[in-house]
Amino acid sequence: MNRRKFIQQTSAASALIGLGGLTLSSSSVKSTKRITILHTNDVHSHIDPFGPNDGRNANKGGVARRASLIEAVRKENPNTLLLDAGDIFQGTPYFNYYGGELEFKLMSMLKYDLATIGNHDFDNGIEGLYSQLPNANFDFVSANYDFKNTVLDTHVKPYKIFLKDGIKIGVFGLGIELEGLVGKKLYKETVYNHPIEIAQDMSRILKEEQQCDLVICLSHLGYYYKNNPEIVSDLLIARQTKDIDLIIGGHTHTFLPKPTVEKNSIGKNVLVNQVGCYGLYVGQVDFYLETGKEKQAEGTTIIV
Amino acid sequence: MFVMAVFITACKQDYSLDKIIGKRNAITDSLKTNAKIEAYIKPYRESVNKDLDSVIAFAADTYSKNDGELNTAIGNFMADAVFEMCNPVFEKRTKQTIDMVLLNHGGIRSIISKGDITSRTAYEVMPFDNSVVVTPMKGQQIKDMLSFLASKKRAHPISKLKLTLSQDYSIKEALINGSEIDYEKIYHVATNDYLYNGGSRMHFLKSKDTVYDLDYKIRNLLIDYFKKIDTLQPSIDDRFTHQKD
Repeated sequence: MNRRKFIQQTSAASALIGLGGLTLSSSSVKSTKRITILHTNDVHSHIDPFGPNDGRNANKGGVARRASLIEAVRKENPNTLLLDAGDIFQGTPYFNYYGGELEFKLMSMLKYDLATIGNHDFDNGIEGLYSQLPNANFDFVSANYDFKNTVLDTHVKPYKIFLKDGIKIGVFGLGIELEGLVGKKLYKETVYNHPIEIAQDMSRILKEEQQCDLVICLSHLGYYYKNNPEIVSDLLIARQTKDIDLIIGGHTHTFLPKPTVEKNSIGKNVLVNQVGCYGLYVGQVDFYLETGKEKQAEGTTIIV
Repeated sequence: MFVMAVFITACKQDYSLDKIIGKRNAITDSLKTNAKIEAYIKPYRESVNKDLDSVIAFAADTYSKNDGELNTAIGNFMADAVFEMCNPVFEKRTKQTIDMVLLNHGGIRSIISKGDITSRTAYEVMPFDNSVVVTPMKGQQIKDMLSFLASKKRAHPISKLKLTLSQDYSIKEALINGSEIDYEKIYHVATNDYLYNGGSRMHFLKSKDTVYDLDYKIRNLLIDYFKKIDTLQPSIDDRFTHQKD
């Protein structure tokens, strides 16, 4: 008997007992676990804070300040994951001079756990990205870019699973269509696969096969295209998939004051978040998980 | 085997989501600057700034894209610099010459101030990473380009093209490289990849023939041009004019 079937049968049994008013879980000790997700997107090589004379973002941003915030959050909750949703590169001379070396080194010092790839991360060509990978002590995920015939082959995985305080967190990546956005000579033989089917597949693998407690999509598709709503975006991914708990987005530089709560394909809530650009903000989502609680009995409280 | 399975399942507790709290943290000057990170950035910053701020030329005056009607000193300098720096590259690769240059007025992102010119000046004027492409154009494409320029009435930077508009903004005279335009001939027009790919609605640039990508960023050619010259002293001239009477 394989494990998955066994779990399914056990939960069926507990559901039956549940009908009788006595649940298996109610007899076990209740415990709460907290997982914190911190995230950035579209930092675009903004390493230094904006100067005091900047017309829009005076005295905002800066990696050295971001480090202090991350340190404080990690101190409060060691079970924290730090993620980036792409477009790490391009936007200040740091990128033009060092090709992303400093961006990756600093993200490693800040102990980023994982990132996905944005269109601007191809700006020095796929070789330019590949050559900077040794400076990154964190992994990259992308489930819909097929790098098989490129130098990135085997260097980018579709997803990564983290175990924090006994909680299994699956994170998969999604990238935007490169044709028309990035020169072919830069992205070379990278194949773009349609993100919706990939996202449906990934969430099934992570939730059902890998039994993840939390499923996170790290996306560089863009939040939503109001004038072209058929273009695939984070909101469409949220609506047309199930079992994703959080979509962390990028690309459209959308400053969401708080995460959007969207209904997925089976009517359950999914959070979509994005924090603009240039490292002006760090998004934070805290998940509180419990054992010893009847799954279907009451919903999840969302405070945004 | 069955016992094992029970054991594993008992270990894997089922967790369910009880509560989710979402917020964002602003990165402002109220946060402490992490000294270790700051110290790590410092040598990079100093090196970049040293290079960006080293003087490579001198501007005789302040040049703005708003000074001039259909041609501006700063635009003329940019289009001429593209020709001067790219034509040798193009000649070497193809044994052909660039016939004219077309850029866009909106692509001039900053003024050049009187005094020292540094690499930072080039970053300010051209913050984008666009590079030069040479597109072969003929007949209808050239006509479309001329009527585009006449109808927009904007000082889109040009080089080696002379365009004179009548009082009613119709085309009075158009010369490429000082000669009457031969609409049967192929002209090699240098522009940037943004415009070539439909930016600023210059769709006439698209070619069915081979397009030459020079792999030369506009910003880099401006830096190379500044290093080559001593003093930048461009002027408004008669390359694109509108006759008032």
